[in-house]
Amino acid sequence: MSELIHLHYDVDGEDFVSCGHASEDVRRTLKSIGISGEVIRKVSIAMYEGEINMVIHADGGVADVSICEDGIVVTLSDTGKGIADIDQAMQEGFSTATDEIRELGFGAGMGLPNMKKYSDSMDIKSEVGKGTVVTLKFNL
Amino acid sequence: MSLDFKPVYLDSTKCNGCVNCMKRCPTEAIRVRGGKATIMYERCIGCGECVRVCPTHAKKEFYDSLDSIKNFKYTVAVPSPSLYAQFNNIYDTNYVLTALKRLGFDDVVEGAIGAEYVSAATAEYIKTQHRSRKPVISSACPAVVNLILMRFEHLMDNLSPIQQPEEVTANMARAKAQMETGFNDSDIGVFVITQCAACVMGLKNSVNARIDGVLSAKEIYFPLLAELNKLTPADLENLSLAGSLGVSWGASSGEAHGLKTDNYLSADGMENVVAVLNDMEHDRLSGLDFIELYACTLGCVGGTMNIESPFLARTRLRKLRNSMQEKPVSVTDFSAYKRKEAYRCNNVFKLDDDMLVAMRKTLKVKDIYSRLPGINCGSCGAPSCMAFAEDVVRGTKAKCRYTEAYLDDKRSKTKA
Repeated sequence: MSELIHLHYDVDGEDFVSCGHASEDVRRTLKSIGISGEVIRKVSIAMYEGEINMVIHADGGVADVSICEDGIVVTLSDTGKGIADIDQAMQEGFSTATDEIRELGFGAGMGLPNMKKYSDSMDIKSEVGKGTVVTLKFNL
Repeated sequence: MSLDFKPVYLDSTKCNGCVNCMKRCPTEAIRVRGGKATIMYERCIGCGECVRVCPTHAKKEFYDSLDSIKNFKYTVAVPSPSLYAQFNNIYDTNYVLTALKRLGFDDVVEGAIGAEYVSAATAEYIKTQHRSRKPVISSACPAVVNLILMRFEHLMDNLSPIQQPEEVTANMARAKAQMETGFNDSDIGVFVITQCAACVMGLKNSVNARIDGVLSAKEIYFPLLAELNKLTPADLENLSLAGSLGVSWGASSGEAHGLKTDNYLSADGMENVVAVLNDMEHDRLSGLDFIELYACTLGCVGGTMNIESPFLARTRLRKLRNSMQEKPVSVTDFSAYKRKEAYRCNNVFKLDDDMLVAMRKTLKVKDIYSRLPGINCGSCGAPSCMAFAEDVVRGTKAKCRYTEAYLDDKRSKTKA
């Protein structure tokens, strides 16, 4: 897949209630290209969950979006605390979020499962103490 | 969306070229060109925001005049529930309905009765839907439906397929008139009285019901008030069919109230509607059965063609509703109330039909945007710097008055 458009976003780690700025811009871009609503929705949900995750667990990070002729690749990278047990983190309902964050309706343990559900393929690379890179692929 | 009938127009003699309407438009459908606000009708959803915010009252709604009822042998008025709330001390809807007849209509069938059937049909529809199609989004506000088809097309499957209350009522009214008079269809005129531009556009373009005219609450207000003041209790005709549930539809939450569930969310006002749709897009509202959205603040009582403030009108409607009984209607097969045409998405934002060309154009947009100040001042005539960049790529000739200054600014900072 050769990349036609590259989008880069810094995801601010300070305020997760107003986060979603990157996925919002991606949605507008995909709409101007004429990508189908179904794909836009999948990218939008998965990427929003990824943004929230980076804010809650890693104090922010960066999001990169590659738009190719046959697919979209979203890479979310952070230098946070990392994930000790990826299989456990992938289970629905598992969360290490604080009670404070849960009270705001986040941290329900659906972030990674939703990212997997809405993407066509997902890859996680993580090292404790160094950070996490999640790569999401969406077919066009 | 058919656009044979447009929702709003500009009185260019009154427009002073300010940016208020352009900045508020939720689909970026307005540009200021040559000192006047121009409307890109292919993007207009009829929400009436521009009418509401225009300081010089240059934006106006289209509607039919009361005189147009003279073209028919037999006429029926279909008033929206919010009409009752325009008048003080109405505790019996028959006052407003009788006064309407005295304005020259042969019969009156209240919009609230169609609303009750829509509630019953919607409740049946929700019961049959899989979790993936919930929450069901109300299709009662035509501006919200148009917004979803344009900006949130992937939520299209969640839109309720049930007709608008006015359409259901108009069909009932026509059938009743045919049965009672034996007149030809073309001799019977069905006229809806409404409060908003989106409703006028939606009903004039309706494929679900034949509606011969749509009148505005503000135009008939004074003649109707004059008739109301003349009425004595002995004059009252028993025209009211609907109960408190149908009347409740005039204000936000009223529709959901008729569904007999508390597992719903209700939001009104364009910014709030967009925020809820964004949440829904991010899959944060699953678990709910129903979402009721109205473009106008507080729902139909907030329509731009009303006389009274939405807040006072809601209070009046609540008092009226509380003085009435519920008259439940039953619908066992919702399909009788389904829209005749499936929803079609309407992506007016794509830069080209060819995806590769659109991608190249998108790159140009990003490039232009990166050189703009990003202050969204609107003085170029586009609502935001991003919209300006898109317009330039689409071929519009427009200038950003700040760009050079900002670039110079950056250069000088680099030098220092």
